[in-house]
Amino acid sequence: MIELHGLHKSFDQNHVLAGVDLSIERGKSMVIIGGSGTGKSVLLKSILGLITPDRGQILVDGQDVTQADRDAFLARFGMLFQGGALFDSLPVWQNIAFRLMRGSLKRPKDEARDTAIEKLRRVGLKADVADRFPAELSGGMQKRVSLARAIAAEPEIIFFDEPTTGLDPIMSGVINDLIREIVVDMGATAMTITHDMTSVRTIADDIAMLHAGRIQWTGPVGDMDQSGDPYIDQFINGRASGPIEAIR
Amino acid sequence: MTGTLGAVGSAVLAMLASIGRVVIFAANTVKHLALPPLYPREFFQALVQIGWLSLPVVGLTAFFTGGALALQIYAGGARFSAEAVVPSIVAIGMVRELGPVLGGLMVAARVASSIAAEIGTMKVTEQIDALVTLSTDPMKYLTLPRVLAATMSLPILVAVGDAIGIFGGFLVGVNRLDFNAAAYLKNTVDFLETADVVSGMVKGAVFGFIVALMGCYHGMNSGRGAQGVGRATKSAVVAASVLILAANYILTEVFFTS
Repeated sequence: MIELHGLHKSFDQNHVLAGVDLSIERGKSMVIIGGSGTGKSVLLKSILGLITPDRGQILVDGQDVTQADRDAFLARFGMLFQGGALFDSLPVWQNIAFRLMRGSLKRPKDEARDTAIEKLRRVGLKADVADRFPAELSGGMQKRVSLARAIAAEPEIIFFDEPTTGLDPIMSGVINDLIREIVVDMGATAMTITHDMTSVRTIADDIAMLHAGRIQWTGPVGDMDQSGDPYIDQFINGRASGPIEAIR
Repeated sequence: MTGTLGAVGSAVLAMLASIGRVVIFAANTVKHLALPPLYPREFFQALVQIGWLSLPVVGLTAFFTGGALALQIYAGGARFSAEAVVPSIVAIGMVRELGPVLGGLMVAARVASSIAAEIGTMKVTEQIDALVTLSTDPMKYLTLPRVLAATMSLPILVAVGDAIGIFGGFLVGVNRLDFNAAAYLKNTVDFLETADVVSGMVKGAVFGFIVALMGCYHGMNSGRGAQGVGRATKSAVVAASVLILAANYILTEVFFTS
């Protein structure tokens, strides 16, 4: 279970997170929605320790993340970055097996390669992609390889940062279905940030809307359409008029 | 008046803060040398990129510099009938000063820029964040292998550059200035001391450390987008070049005036 209590983060005068409180139950898929620049990525990176919050507490299974052993903590996580963030200098299979070739999860090279190819198949790519370099792949393939890397070490918690950004609707659907399948099959806790409503409806068990640095509304995805919250109504229906200013 | 003083004060404080950040970055890099894990594959790749592939540019620079030096010393020496000093001055000049400094500057242009651009691009495309989430310390994986490889390969590059530079002077001396080949070589060997060569190689090691450190520091602190990476690349080359020249003066004071 992931719990956030009173999380604050500012960049100069810009108060991006202004007291975020949120709980994500173990094995559930939480999707964070919100407009561009509302701090969704900052929230996610704060949990991973890539950004240090100014105030507040982050607990994973009751343990404060700042007190946890960093390597052991990160070994529980997988992350799909918005742009893929694949390492240009490494072939696809070494990208996927990166964690399996170093550190506490290190395995023999052949075993790491076999696992990478198995994960490639899991995300619908053929084994011949393994020896290509990321620059030789299309955007959709890069996203899938990044997804394979995120699940390579069988993490308990997976974060997805804008998983469908930049993809055509069909490829977005493929990625959404893959994420849902993987999360269900692995029983992992998932946290996705997106403003793609198709992704939300496919991936989410629960959703939370981030607005003005706080969680504006949270609940099961099934309740989203009848939330009665004007902010979430405006967002999910994509209306220019409403309490959220169109030009921020 | 107060505004001007305030601006000067702010600039001085900003400069001191920058120096502080670079010193902390350097200390962190050195600290990681003593802590496992090390990444030998990344180190050997950096050794090839920084050392081996810089050989042509360093060699060509040294060759032409040695030749030009021979011509200049001959022309200058002729004013007081001291043309015979050409071999010894070319050798000492190359080994003590021009070999390490020009080698360092050429490597700064070639390597500091490429390191800053590569790491800067990794930063803006979230590859550095990805490394962290994959339980890999970017300082250990990206910075340490490059700094170590540059510090170890620059002395060898300098030594090779020295030899090529002296050879350039020899060719010009024998073919253009009518020196006797055997006498030229004897003069070179007689006047050159081990300390000259060692001091140049020590300078090379320091310059290598500076070059890779500046490339990594500015890459890691790159701003967003193409403009941020471009600015980081430029800053890395400028900072490395200026620091090489400053370090050269300090090392020359230490080696040759005490």
